[in-house]
Amino acid sequence: MLYSEKVMDHFTNPRNVGTMNNADGIGEVGNAKCGDIMKIFLKIDKLDGVDTVTDVKFCTFGCGSAIASSSMATEMIKGKPLSSALELTNKAVVEALDGLPAHKLHCSVLAEEAVKAAVKDYYDKNGIEYDQSKFAMKHDCEHCGE
Amino acid sequence: MNTIYVDNAATTKMSKAAIDAMMPYLDGCYGNPSSLHTVGQLAQEALVKAREDVAKAIGAEPREIFFTSGGSEADNQALLTGAERGALKGKKHIISQKTEHHAILHSLRKLEKQGFEIELLDVDGEGSITAEQVKNAIREDTALVTIMAANNEIGTLMPIKEIAAVCRERGVLFHTDAVQAVGHIPLDVREIGCDMLSISAHKFHGPKGVGALYVNRKLLPSTLIEGGAQERGKRAGTENIAGICSMSAALTEAVAKIGENTPKLTAMRDRLIEGLSEIPHSILNGARANRLPGNVNMCFEGIEGESLLLLLDAKGICASSGSACTSGSLDPSHVLLAIGRPHEVAHGSLRLTLSEENTPEQVEFIIKSVKEVVEYLRGMSPVWHDLQEGKRNYVI
Repeated sequence: MLYSEKVMDHFTNPRNVGTMNNADGIGEVGNAKCGDIMKIFLKIDKLDGVDTVTDVKFCTFGCGSAIASSSMATEMIKGKPLSSALELTNKAVVEALDGLPAHKLHCSVLAEEAVKAAVKDYYDKNGIEYDQSKFAMKHDCEHCGE
Repeated sequence: MNTIYVDNAATTKMSKAAIDAMMPYLDGCYGNPSSLHTVGQLAQEALVKAREDVAKAIGAEPREIFFTSGGSEADNQALLTGAERGALKGKKHIISQKTEHHAILHSLRKLEKQGFEIELLDVDGEGSITAEQVKNAIREDTALVTIMAANNEIGTLMPIKEIAAVCRERGVLFHTDAVQAVGHIPLDVREIGCDMLSISAHKFHGPKGVGALYVNRKLLPSTLIEGGAQERGKRAGTENIAGICSMSAALTEAVAKIGENTPKLTAMRDRLIEGLSEIPHSILNGARANRLPGNVNMCFEGIEGESLLLLLDAKGICASSGSACTSGSLDPSHVLLAIGRPHEVAHGSLRLTLSEENTPEQVEFIIKSVKEVVEYLRGMSPVWHDLQEGKRNYVI
């Protein structure tokens, strides 16, 4: 089979699907022309003085692995401090999904970037300073620059 | 869960006749037709009979049939034939069109690297070209025109008879890739007037790995595979007797059943198009009527094809899509782009290709399932949300 059982599980029963009113941070990455767009919504609250992802939702236009990567990424950051959400890597998403086919790895990169874009949006909205280098976008393709 | 197989343009289930025709040559009659002994000569007789039957099914003579390993090989050999013959006379211009199968397009690209000039005609919004376009493109140095009989993705039928007439008038060779058409619509090589025509067995309930190239008796094909006297020295390799006999049985049966199957398939096709067109912001790809009897191809805005296929598969429906994710490349189907679908719409395509084994009940289940899955995927699609909220304009 093309996909692992984990990928199929997160694809057919995606976690945290939906939108969020009054989200504290929203990140959207990808391009419809390329066939995948991911949008992540974060609810951020201070728990014991630490910015924490108390809720997360996603919407994805894309293939099975794009939907599964989004679902897994949201599971991995939900309830975690914002600082650790920012540390989420595409590699960790792929490992948690028990692997992705080589030509689908960019889907996990999109998931990492969607989370980062949402965190950046939160920082920007709240005037919080951050290290720009942490938000370098890895995903690129011929259409995305358009 | 019952499987509903509607991916017959990809491949078909072998018919009982095709399996039965194959068995004797796998089990008892295993000889090499080149051998002089009885076991070999029995295989030789089977080969002769199969060649006669395949020829008869398309209105050709037995000596005009060259067996190959399939449609792609037949296409490769046909283009090589046209190119080599042309080159001998200093003709290096080849005309084709943008929605051909990759067996044609990639072979043409190779010929281009070898110094041929390739001209790919644009198709109209339904994926067709006119004989007039071909006529206008033919030059003094045109070696070959190759235009498919029916498109494998959107089912559009090309006016090959008219194109053949134009080519004949100008003395240019004409090849047609009829892989999707043979056994599905009535075809007669004399009536069409083509010089070469490609056939693939597994598209009409025959086995995979076998096909044929029809080559008009006035020419001889160039050799793609060297190494023996088989196929009159034009295609070396011990003949795939079991496959060839199976193909001839499948083809004979398919051609005999065209009259019976066509109205049945057309009715199911039209019901699918009608039912799926009820989905908002959907569009049919290809011509409404001038298409293969079993082909339906639609785009649904705001969703991506691979997820659509996986969710349909979970309901037992086997279909196909022209999205980039299913093609293994960054770009969606070259056919959908050629008929003018923008990338973002082409990603959301669904191809359903029927066989006579499908039923009207299955068609109703497919319509219901596709509607549910499209609605579900749109519900989680940021593209669809943007369209609904007016942040993005609908394309279809």
